[in-house]
Amino acid sequence: MIEVDSLTKRYGRATAVDGVSFRVEKGEILGFLGPNGAGKTTTMRILTCYLPPTQGTARVGGYDVFEQPMEVRRRVGYLPETPPLYPDMEVHDYLDFCAKIKGVAAREREAKVGAAIDKCRVGDVRTTLIGKLSKGYRQRVGVAQAILHNPDVLILDEPTAGLDPKQIIETRELIRGLGGDHTVILSTHILPEVQLTCGRVLIINEGRVVAEDSPENLTRRLKGAGTLRIEVRGEENAVLATVRAVPGILAAHVRGGHDEALVIDVEAEAGRDVRSDLAGAVVTGGHGLLGLQQMGMSLEEIFLHLTTTDETEAAGAAEAKEA
Amino acid sequence: MTALWNVTAIFQKEWRHYFGSPIAWVALFVWTLLFGIFFSFGVTFFLEMSMRASQQAMQYGGPTRLSMNEMLIQPILQNMAVVALFIAPMLTMRLFAEEKRQGTIELLATSPLSDLQVVMGKFLAAAALYFLMLLAGLVNVVLIWTYADTTPEWQPVASGALGLFLLGCCFLAMGTFVSTLTRNQIVAGILSFCLFLGMWTLGWADSPTAGSGMKVVAYLGVTTHLEDLAKGVVDLKDIVFYLSVITFGLFLAHQSVESQRWRA
Ligand SMILES: Nc1ncnc2c1ncn2[C@@H]1O[C@H](COP(=O)(O)OP(=O)(O)O)[C@@H](O)[C@H]1O
Ligand SMILES: [Mg+2]
Repeated sequence: MIEVDSLTKRYGRATAVDGVSFRVEKGEILGFLGPNGAGKTTTMRILTCYLPPTQGTARVGGYDVFEQPMEVRRRVGYLPETPPLYPDMEVHDYLDFCAKIKGVAAREREAKVGAAIDKCRVGDVRTTLIGKLSKGYRQRVGVAQAILHNPDVLILDEPTAGLDPKQIIETRELIRGLGGDHTVILSTHILPEVQLTCGRVLIINEGRVVAEDSPENLTRRLKGAGTLRIEVRGEENAVLATVRAVPGILAAHVRGGHDEALVIDVEAEAGRDVRSDLAGAVVTGGHGLLGLQQMGMSLEEIFLHLTTTDETEAAGAAEAKEA
Repeated sequence: MTALWNVTAIFQKEWRHYFGSPIAWVALFVWTLLFGIFFSFGVTFFLEMSMRASQQAMQYGGPTRLSMNEMLIQPILQNMAVVALFIAPMLTMRLFAEEKRQGTIELLATSPLSDLQVVMGKFLAAAALYFLMLLAGLVNVVLIWTYADTTPEWQPVASGALGLFLLGCCFLAMGTFVSTLTRNQIVAGILSFCLFLGMWTLGWADSPTAGSGMKVVAYLGVTTHLEDLAKGVVDLKDIVFYLSVITFGLFLAHQSVESQRWRA
C-alpha cells in the first residue's frame, strides 16, 4: 500500500530525513518511533504531499506522491501534529467543510460526516464551537476529519500527544479499531504506545531507520540488555559476590539501601533472561530477596543501544574484512 | 466541475467566517456610514451650489443646471476609493496568515484541491463582500432617482461604480498575496496597506509637465484609471488594466503558496 524508497529531505543544509525506505502492507498498523527531531513529521508530510521530497520516491496505493499528488491525497487521511481545526466553526460544520474539500459526493456527505462523528464519539459536541472543546475532543475531531472520506491510508502524527491517560486509552482503542479497514501509520515518541497499537515498528533516529521489527521482537531484543533492580537483605559484599557469580550477569552496583535492605542494579547480557537464575542464587546464598524488577529502557537508552550495537557490528564487519 | 465545487467550498467557508466574526459587519457599517456622510454633505453642497448657479443664471445668464454627476457622484466615488484603501486590508489580511498560524493550511494543502482553487475561493469571498458593501452604499444614490426631480445620468454612475469595484478588487487580489507571506495577520494588514498606498501614489506622478517616464509610472497607478470611468468614459484600456492587476495579484498569491512548499 505504501512504498517508500530511499527518501531524503533536506531543509537548506540540514538533513531531516536521510535515505529512509520501508513498505506498509494493506491493513497494517505501522508505528514510527523516534525522539523529537527524528524526522517523523517530515516523513509523514512527504507521504501526504505537503512537502516534496529532496530525493527518493514514495508511493501510496501505487501513486507517486510527487507525480500524482491529487490521486494520493484522495486516498490519504492525515492528522497533523497540531490538529488542523478552525476554532470559530462548530464541529459538524467543520466536518462538513472537510467532506467538501475532500471530494465527498454531495449526497453521501451527511452520511459520511455522521459516520465519522459516531466513530470518533464526538456526537455530544456536534454543535459546539471547536475553540471551546477540550484537548481530547479536539484530537478526536482531528481524527474524525482524517477518516471522513474513508481513505485507504491513515497517517496520524502523534495522535496521543498531550492527552490525559483516559483519553490516551480511548484514542488507542479508536486507532486499533481503524486497522484492518485502513492502512495506518502513526508516530510517537513513547515506547508503550507502539507496543499497544502497532503490528510493526520502525525506529527512526536522526533521519535514519535504526530498527524495524514487530513490537514483541523489539522488546525481546531489548529486554535482555536492560537492567534489573533487586532489593536484597544481607551483607553488602557477600550479596554482590553472589550476584556477580550468576552466569550471564555483566555487572552489579549498589544503588542505595535502607533498613538493612540493599538496592542493587544488575546488568545482564543481551538476549538472556537471567531473572530466575538470579533469584535462585540470591535465595540459596542465604540472603533475603525482597524484590526483583525489570527496569524498562528509556527511549534514549534504546537509541543508544541500537545505534551503538549497529556501530560495533559494523566495526566488527570491517575488521573481519581487513583480516 | 469539481474545481468549481472546491472553489465554492472555500468561498462558503470564508463567507461564513466574515459574517460569523465582526469583520464583515464592521466593514459594512463603516463603509455605508461613510458613504452616507459623504452623500449627505455632497447633497447639501450641491444644493447650495445649484441655488447660487440659478441666481447667477437669472442675473447674468448661463447654465441653470449643474451636472449632478460631476459635482456630486464623482467626488463621492473618489472619496470611497480612499475608504476602500483602508478597508481592503481588513478583508484580506487573515485569508492565508490565519491558516498558517492555526496549522489549517496543512489540511488545505493535503486535501484533493489545488492551491489555485484555494486562492480563488478566498479572493472571490473577499470580492463578494466588497461587492455587497458597494451595493449597500449605492442605495443612497438610488434615492436620488426616487426623490429628486433632476436626476443624474445613470451611465457615469454605473461605470464609476464598476471602476470602484475593480479598484477594490485590485487591492483585494494584492492583499490576498501579501497574506500568504506571513503567519501574522497584523503584519499582513500593515504590509498590505503600505502596498496599496504605493499603488495609489503612483498615480500622483502625473502632471501636465511630466515626462514620458513619469507618464508610464502614473499609468500604473490604480486611481489614474478611475477618473475616466467616474466620468462615464468606459475605455477598454482601463478595464484591461484593472483586470491585469487583479490577475497579477492572484498569480503572485498562487506562486507564493506553491513555492512555500518547496522552501518549507
Ligand atoms: N520547516 C522546517 N525548516 C527547517 N528545519 C525543519 C523544518 N521542519 C523540521 N525541521 C528539522 O528537521 C528535523 C526533523 O524534524 P521533524 O520531522 O519535525 O521531527 P519529529 O517529527 O520526529 O520530531 C528537525 O531537526 C527539525 O528541526
Ligand atoms: Mg513531529
